[in-house]
Amino acid sequence: MASPYESLDLPPAMIESATPAADWVVVWPVALALVGAGLLVMLRGRRDMQVAFAAAFVAAIVVSNIYLVMRVFEAGPLAMTMGRWLPPFGISFAADMTGALFSLAASVSALVVVFYAQSEIDSREHRFGFYPLLLLLLGGVCGSFLTGDVFNLYVWFEVMLISSFGLIVLGGRKVQLDGAVKYGFLNFLATSFFLMAIAYLYGLTGTLNFADLASKADDLPLGAMLTVAALFLFAFGMKAAAFPANAWLPASYHTPAISVSALFGGLLTKVGAYAAIRVLMVVLPEGRLMLEPVIAAVALATMLLGPLGALAQTNIRRAIGFLVIGGIGALFAGLALGTQHGIGGAVLYATHSILTLTAFYLAAGVVEKMSGTQDIRLMGGIYAANAPLSIVFVVLVFAVAGLPPFLGFWPKLLLVEGGVRAGQWFLVAGLLLNSLLTLMAASRIWAHVFWRNGPEGERSEQPNTMLRALTGAEKRYALGSTVVLVALIVVLGLFPNWLFTASGMAGFDMLDPTRYIDAVFAEVNRP
Amino acid sequence: MNTVIFRTVAPGIAALMLVFSIFVLLRGHNEPGGGFIGGLIGASGLAVYGIACGVAEVRRAMVIHPIVLAGFGVFIATLAGLMPLFVDAPFLTGLWWIFELEGQEIALSTPLIFDIGVYAVVVGAVATIALTLENDEEHY
Amino acid sequence: MEIALVGLVAVFFAVAVYLLLSKSIIRMLLGIVVIGNAVNLVLFTAGRLTAEVPPIIPAGEYVPLAGSANPLPQALILTAIVIGFALFAFLLVLGYRAYQELDADNTDTMRLAEPEDAPRPPLSY
Repeated sequence: MASPYESLDLPPAMIESATPAADWVVVWPVALALVGAGLLVMLRGRRDMQVAFAAAFVAAIVVSNIYLVMRVFEAGPLAMTMGRWLPPFGISFAADMTGALFSLAASVSALVVVFYAQSEIDSREHRFGFYPLLLLLLGGVCGSFLTGDVFNLYVWFEVMLISSFGLIVLGGRKVQLDGAVKYGFLNFLATSFFLMAIAYLYGLTGTLNFADLASKADDLPLGAMLTVAALFLFAFGMKAAAFPANAWLPASYHTPAISVSALFGGLLTKVGAYAAIRVLMVVLPEGRLMLEPVIAAVALATMLLGPLGALAQTNIRRAIGFLVIGGIGALFAGLALGTQHGIGGAVLYATHSILTLTAFYLAAGVVEKMSGTQDIRLMGGIYAANAPLSIVFVVLVFAVAGLPPFLGFWPKLLLVEGGVRAGQWFLVAGLLLNSLLTLMAASRIWAHVFWRNGPEGERSEQPNTMLRALTGAEKRYALGSTVVLVALIVVLGLFPNWLFTASGMAGFDMLDPTRYIDAVFAEVNRP
Repeated sequence: MNTVIFRTVAPGIAALMLVFSIFVLLRGHNEPGGGFIGGLIGASGLAVYGIACGVAEVRRAMVIHPIVLAGFGVFIATLAGLMPLFVDAPFLTGLWWIFELEGQEIALSTPLIFDIGVYAVVVGAVATIALTLENDEEHY
Repeated sequence: MEIALVGLVAVFFAVAVYLLLSKSIIRMLLGIVVIGNAVNLVLFTAGRLTAEVPPIIPAGEYVPLAGSANPLPQALILTAIVIGFALFAFLLVLGYRAYQELDADNTDTMRLAEPEDAPRPPLSY
């Protein structure tokens, strides 16, 4: 049948060439998460099958992310545009090293949490869908990292937000409702500002595709560009819990089950930081340049106030929440530098931060199981009761503070080197002070929880009687999965060479997104 | 709300709305309609039935839990997006099978499967919320 | 026409900010609704308000008529409305549950997660 369309003289809007199946790896993490979430909801009565399927799907997501990182490592950024429409008409998914690395780290953390959760998610929380929500959350997070379209980024943000709402009230204790109210309102406000920034950007340029925006946004009038960049910075800063808009994080992250806290602390704030880096580096580089003093001030304040807040806490989870905020400061410091070292360091720092802070929450969860409380004043003597746990915890203390030879050291090194080269001495001082304060806060927790014999004020040599031993399942799932994640952090810290190369590529492609743009428009430019 | 008149008429209205919702679903793509709007109409039908005859009656009539329907919708919508994998096209590409049946042109396509998935998601999710809000005893 | 909508957006934002600054959860919920609509209007205005021609391709044609309205912002707004509605429904149920369980509509009295008389950290090892 002769198509009537052929008689029209229209420029082609469809991709004509075949898409190799290997290119699908950009969408596999998201598609697998969605299929898995749907399947798990259908299996809602079958707990054993749910666990097995959730582990299988998250493992498959990890595998496809590893393949994605390898592809990007070898051949540079990879893109795919949905529905055979040519970009910028179709919605693109595009992965450069930054997105691929973030996505991999997030899925590894989620896999560990799936195993850890079996020690504590009870049947009630189970019935309300812990595992489907976890997969949906992971799908939203991976989608945010891999999408190549700013409105689609908003949609994945919301997928992530809705599933995080479900997770944070899971169990429905009073303290969770209280935390969820603050979390919900402030995150809704942040996404409203994000959407408004998208509206202005669309009104100014007429496009929403990152690659297309990157080539068009240079011509914008400076005032309009500054407005849009500032709106994006505020929205993403609020999502990432950077200093003036950070109050929601310590108010809510400690309320749900520890597996959920670990997922949130590891994954969610990094999505805000990633989006800030992506939009301000690739789309609005001149806007970032104008906002540089503001970003530097925000980074400095966040880096110092995070660990200071952690020092003042008696609740172990809230203390870790403040450490999450401190790490966001280091990410924004990299964005404020805006150089190869700065961005590379920020990407590496985020990878470290996703893994380390998830592990930190998980280890704190084991401590809570042993002591039955979140109050570090009532803990003590766990070193005598469980020496391996105390070793795991002290490794995390050093890793989170950025001491060599653990994973946290290398990104700090890159960031400090970038700061010295750029002559940003305030940021260098802030980064070093952040390490020192984080070390103080975290090692103080360690000393109180592990080293001291019993609750505050007791001086006896008797072991702490409030502790209970871990059950077999808790040892296997909770302690076991934490040890595996910490072992991964140690190994990556000892052999960081490929991570250095990868973060170098990430920084390079952010500063000069030509390869990214070429990957997205490969079909358009095909002769 | 549960007067005799309403309780007598409600099953009929609900059935009519469900049938109409499927009509709107199948009419979509090239004409106004589609999975989202059809799903909203279907869920409203279930809500009307719930107001008249009680939430327990709706749950019994639906056989499966509405949230399972929503999960099924996400599942087949994503599977519909994955199908172009077999013809070397990108994710979510629409594939069409057009054939003739007794002189009528029938168009089956992956967008239709996707739309049915959207329909199931909307019916399931909205019915879950509506039934929860109608029922004061049970939360979430 | 754009000017009128911009004025409306300004009014919506003023109302929303006023409501969101309140202590009462129910007022904050109303503020959320209004700010969501304000942002949708910004999105709508950003797509330019041009013609009275709807963006529907007439029968027998293969391209929209010249000067027809921009359909993209409408698609974006529809997405934003659906997402905003889902979030609002969640927040409404959450607010209701919080009112039942915590017996509080006043955010000042919701201090379970962050106790007001928080203990001081241990000063010595």
